[in-house]
Amino acid sequence: MKPRTRALAGAVLLSLIPLVGQAQTLRIGLAEDPDMLDPTLARTFVGRIVFSALCDKLIDVDEKLNYVPQLATSYQWSADGKALTMKLRSDVTFHDGEKFDAAAVKFNIERHKTMQGSNRSGELRPVTSVDVIDPTTVRLNLSAPFTPLLASLADRAGMMVSPKAAQNSTNFASAPVCSGPFKFVERVAQDRIVFEKYAGYWNKAAIHFDRVVYTPIPDATVRLANLRSGQLDFIERVASSDIAKLATEPSFKVSKITEIGYQGITINLGKSDRAQANPLGRDARVREAFELSLDRQGIVQVVMDGEATPGNQWVPPSSSFYTKSNPVPKRDIAKAKALLKEAGVPNPSFTLMTPTTSDAQKIAQVVQAMAKEAGFDVKIESTEFATSLNLADKGDFDAYLLAWSGRADPDGNIYSFMACKQPLNYSGYCKPEVDALLNEARSKQTVADRMKAYEQVNKFAQNDKPVLYLYHRNWLWAYNAKLTGVREVPDGLLRFAGLKLN
Amino acid sequence: MFAFFIRRLVTVLPTLVFVSMLIFALQQLLPGDPAQILAGEDQNPELIAQLREKMHLDKPLPVQYGYWIGGVLQGDLGESARTGQPVLELILQKLPVTVQLAFMSMLIALLISIPAGIVSAVKRGSVWDHSATVLGLAGLSMPNFWLGILMILFFSVELGWLPASGYVSPFENLGANLAAMIMPAVVLGTGIAAVLMRHTRSSMLQVLATDYVRTARAKGLRERVVVGKHALRNALTPVITLAALELGTLLSGAVLTEQVFTIPGFGKLIIDAVFNRDYAVVQGVVLVTATAYILLNLLADMAYFVFNPRLRH
Amino acid sequence: MSSTRACDTEPMSTSISVPGASVAEAGPWLRAWRKLRRNRIGMFGLLVVLGFVAMAVLAPWIATHDPIAANWSAIRKAPTSMSWFGTDELGRDVFSRVVWGTRASLLAGVVSVTIALVLGVAIGMVAGFFGGLVDAVISRITDAFLACPFLILAIALAAFLGPSLSNAMIAIGVSATPVFVRLTRAQVLTIQVEDYIEAARAVGCSPLRIATFHILPNITAPVIVQSTLTIASAIIAEASLSFLGLGQQPPDPSWGSMLNTAKNFMDNAPWMAIWPGIAIFALVLAFNLLGDGLRDALDPRHR
Repeated sequence: MKPRTRALAGAVLLSLIPLVGQAQTLRIGLAEDPDMLDPTLARTFVGRIVFSALCDKLIDVDEKLNYVPQLATSYQWSADGKALTMKLRSDVTFHDGEKFDAAAVKFNIERHKTMQGSNRSGELRPVTSVDVIDPTTVRLNLSAPFTPLLASLADRAGMMVSPKAAQNSTNFASAPVCSGPFKFVERVAQDRIVFEKYAGYWNKAAIHFDRVVYTPIPDATVRLANLRSGQLDFIERVASSDIAKLATEPSFKVSKITEIGYQGITINLGKSDRAQANPLGRDARVREAFELSLDRQGIVQVVMDGEATPGNQWVPPSSSFYTKSNPVPKRDIAKAKALLKEAGVPNPSFTLMTPTTSDAQKIAQVVQAMAKEAGFDVKIESTEFATSLNLADKGDFDAYLLAWSGRADPDGNIYSFMACKQPLNYSGYCKPEVDALLNEARSKQTVADRMKAYEQVNKFAQNDKPVLYLYHRNWLWAYNAKLTGVREVPDGLLRFAGLKLN
Repeated sequence: MFAFFIRRLVTVLPTLVFVSMLIFALQQLLPGDPAQILAGEDQNPELIAQLREKMHLDKPLPVQYGYWIGGVLQGDLGESARTGQPVLELILQKLPVTVQLAFMSMLIALLISIPAGIVSAVKRGSVWDHSATVLGLAGLSMPNFWLGILMILFFSVELGWLPASGYVSPFENLGANLAAMIMPAVVLGTGIAAVLMRHTRSSMLQVLATDYVRTARAKGLRERVVVGKHALRNALTPVITLAALELGTLLSGAVLTEQVFTIPGFGKLIIDAVFNRDYAVVQGVVLVTATAYILLNLLADMAYFVFNPRLRH
Repeated sequence: MSSTRACDTEPMSTSISVPGASVAEAGPWLRAWRKLRRNRIGMFGLLVVLGFVAMAVLAPWIATHDPIAANWSAIRKAPTSMSWFGTDELGRDVFSRVVWGTRASLLAGVVSVTIALVLGVAIGMVAGFFGGLVDAVISRITDAFLACPFLILAIALAAFLGPSLSNAMIAIGVSATPVFVRLTRAQVLTIQVEDYIEAARAVGCSPLRIATFHILPNITAPVIVQSTLTIASAIIAEASLSFLGLGQQPPDPSWGSMLNTAKNFMDNAPWMAIWPGIAIFALVLAFNLLGDGLRDALDPRHR
C-alpha cells in the first residue's frame, strides 16, 4: 500500500475509535472487604460477589434457582447417582491464554479437595475421583449419591482457575488467573479491587464494560452517599430504611430479591449442660410458646422496614422445597401463656446471645418486648461476633441470634445445622431418624422424591425447634438508572452478561 | 547533651520489647478462637484444624510469642490470616496514606491551636479568649464519625464539591488526593486543635506569670517581644510534648474517621484485624506504629531538654 | 516553729509566704472557691454539670415516657408535642432516652477518669519522686501502653472482662491511666527542682509529707485540665465500645450507643442523632469550662 494511502487508512480507522465506544468502567460499592481471591481458599459471601466477574463456574443458577450451563454445556447423572458426567465448552481459555479442558477440571477439583487451607474440601467430600474421558468430557465419581453437589459446582467449588498459573505461584490469591469475563489487574486491601475486560472471553459479546472497580465501604450511609454523589454506579446491601426513598427517585433503580438464606434463633437443646438447666432448652412446649409470642410480620416491619418475608422453615415460602402444609404461624399470646402454664414455668427467663450488628440488636429488642407479653424474660447479651461463634461452639448459650447466607440447594441450609455433630449444629440436636431422612434427601434427585424426606424432617423441626426461623431478608441493591440488564438472582450476586450502562 | 541522647535512645529498646509483649498479650486476652472466625461461615473442621496448626495456636503462649518475635527479628512480620497478604506489604501500602493524613491533620491543628492559644492567654478574659475557647471545644466535643458524616452529607451530597470517600495517591493525581483528604484531616485536626489550644493557653498563662516575664516587662520591653521571645519558647515546650504524643496517636490511624471516609489507613486495618482475630496484622502494625510513636517521643523529649535547662542534672 | 509544723503548712510557691500566717487567712480551698465564684464562665460550666447530674438523678420524674418502651406504630417519627425529640428506630421516645442516658454517659465519663486519675497520679508520683530504677521501669511500661492505640487497649480489656457498662468504664479507665502517669511524672520532675522543695527537704520534711502537701497541690492544675479533656474522650470511647457490643447493653440507653444507631438514619431521622449529639457536646463543654475555671481558681501563683 502506498504511504499516503496507508496514512489515510490509518486516519480513517483512528477516527472510527470513538464510534466503537468509550472505555466503560463499572464502579461497585461493597459492604465489606473480601478475603482471599482464590476460589479454593475463599470464605466470605462478599468474595463471591467479586468472583462473579473474575471466575466462571461449571454451572450457574438462574432467577428460579435452576441450574444452567456456563463452562459446562450439559450434565448427566449416572443411573445409580454415583457419577456425574459433564460436557464442557471447547472455546474457553484462561486469562493467561491456557486452554480450558477436562484435564483442567480434574486439576481444579483435586486442588479444591487437597490444598492446604482449602475451604471446599467439605463440599466435595463425596467426590472420590475425577476421570478425563476426553478434552470436553469429564466425569466426577462419588462415594454415594449426592445431589447437592450441583449447588457446589454452581458456586466456588465449580470455579476453574488456570492450572499453569496455580502451579507456578506461591500466593495465587495475590494475582488470580481464572476464566471469567474480567481479569485481575490490582488489589489494594480495603481500598479497591480492579479488573479489566478479558479479550478472549467466550461470551464477550454479552460483556459491555472494559473495567470493573470494587470499593469496600462498610458504612451503609457513606456507601449510599457515594452512589448519590455519582462516585459509584452500583451498591449492594442498601439499608432497609433508605430503600423506600431511593425507589421513588428517577436517577436510581432498586432491586429487592428474596434471599435463599434466613434469619433465625438457634436454641441450645443439647449442645451442653446449659440446655437442661434452662426451661427453653429442656421443654419443647416452652419453645413453642416462645414462637407463638412472636409476631414475625411485626418484626419484619420494625426491623427491616418490611424488606423481608416471614418464614418458619429453612427455605423461603416461595421455594419448591417448602412444606406448604406447614405455613408461618400467627402470633397467639393466649396459647403461649397456656403452654407455659402447662409446662409449669409461667415466667421463663433466658439469655439471647446477640451479635453486635445493628439489625441483630434491633431484632433482639423487638423479640424481648414481644415475648415479655407472654411472660418471657429475655435478657439480651450483646456479643462480638468472633466471641459468639466460640461460645456457640462450646454450647455456652441459651439462644443465639444467627443468620445464614443460604445455599442454592436446601441441603446446604439444613444438613450442617440439624444432623448429629455437624459443624454448624450449635443447638446440639441429634436424632438418628432425622440423620437418616437428611441422608435420604441428599441422595435423591427429583424435587418430589426429596420432598418426601424433607417433609418428615420438617415435622421434627417444627416439633423440636432446634432453630426458630424468623424471616428471609431481601437483598437490596441500588444503582444508576442507566444500568440495564440487572438480573435478580436469589443468591444476591451481580452477574455481568447483558449488563450495560447506557 | 550527647550523653543524654544516647541514654534516651537506650530506653527505646526495652520499651519496644514491652510493646511487643503487651500487644501479644492483648490479642490473647480477646475471647474466642481465631481459627474459628477465620474459617468463615462454613466452619469446616478440617480447615479449622489446619489454621490452628499454622498459627501455632495449640502451643504454649511463650512459644507462640517466640515464633512471632523470631520472625520479626528476621524481618518477617507474618501474613494476614484473612487475605494471605504479607503484613509488611500491607503496612507499606498503607503507610503513605496514614502518614499523609496524620501530617495534614497535625498541620491544621497547629495552625488553629497555637495562635488561638496565644491570643487566648494574652487577651485573657476578653471576647477573643472566650470565643477561642468555645470554638476550640466545639471541635473537641463532637464525635469524629458524627462530624464526618455531617461533612459528607453537606460537602459531597449537597454541594458536590468534594468526593464522599476513597483515596487517590498524590502521585496519581494531587488535586484528587487533596480533595479526598481535606475533610478527614479537618475532622481530625479540629479535635486535636482543641486539646493543643487548651494546653497552649494554660502553659502560656503559667509562663506569663513567672518572675522572668515580670522582669522582662519591668525592663521595659514591648509586650510583643516579651511574649514572642521570652514567653513563647517556654510555653510551647509542654505543648510540643503533647503534639508529639498526638502525632503518634494519629500515626496509629484514626479508626472511626478512616471508616467514615473510607481512607485505607492503619486505623481501619487494625480494627478489622482485631475483629477477625488476624493476630499477625494487629501485632505487626501496632509494633511498627508504636516504634514511630516512641521515636517521636524521643525527639519531643530532646526538645524539652534543650529548652528547659533546669532539667539538666 | 518545729520542722513538722513547717511541713504541714499550705503549699508554697515561688512568691514568698510566711509560715504560720495561714492561721489568720482563709484556707487555700476556700480561697479557690471564692475565686471560682468570680469566674463567670467556670461557674456556668459548673451549673451545667450540676444540671446534668440533677437530670440523671431525677430522670424518673423528668422523662415523659418509659425509655425502653418500644412502640411499633411510631417508628422514627419526627418531634411532636407528645414526643419532644421524636422517636427512634424502635419507636421509643428520644427525649426520655436522652434524659435516662445521662446516667450512663456521666458514669462512663466520670468513673473512667477517676480510675485513670487515681491510678495515674499515684504511679506518676512514685515514678517522679523516687527516680532511678523505679522511674525507669514505670516509664518504660507506661511508654509501651501509650504506644498502643487507645481503642485497641480498651477493646481488649473490655472484651476480656465481659460486656457491660461497668466493665467498659474499667477498661477505659485503665487505658487512660498512662496519660496521667506521664503528665504527673513530668510535673513532679519540674516542680522537684524548685527552691521551695529543696527548702522543705533541707528542713527535714519526710518524703510523704513533701509529696502530699507540696507537690500534689502544685500539680493539680494540669491534672484537672487533662481530666476534663479525658472525660470527653471517655464518653466518646464508651460510644465506640457500645458499638462493639462492649458497653451499655440494650435496651438501656446511653448517648454513645444512641449516636451509633442514629448514624444509620441521618438521612431520614436526623433528630435521633441531633439530640444525643447535643447532649454529649453540652456536657463535655461544661466539664471543660468548669475545668478551666478550676485551673484558674486553684493556681497558687494567682493570689
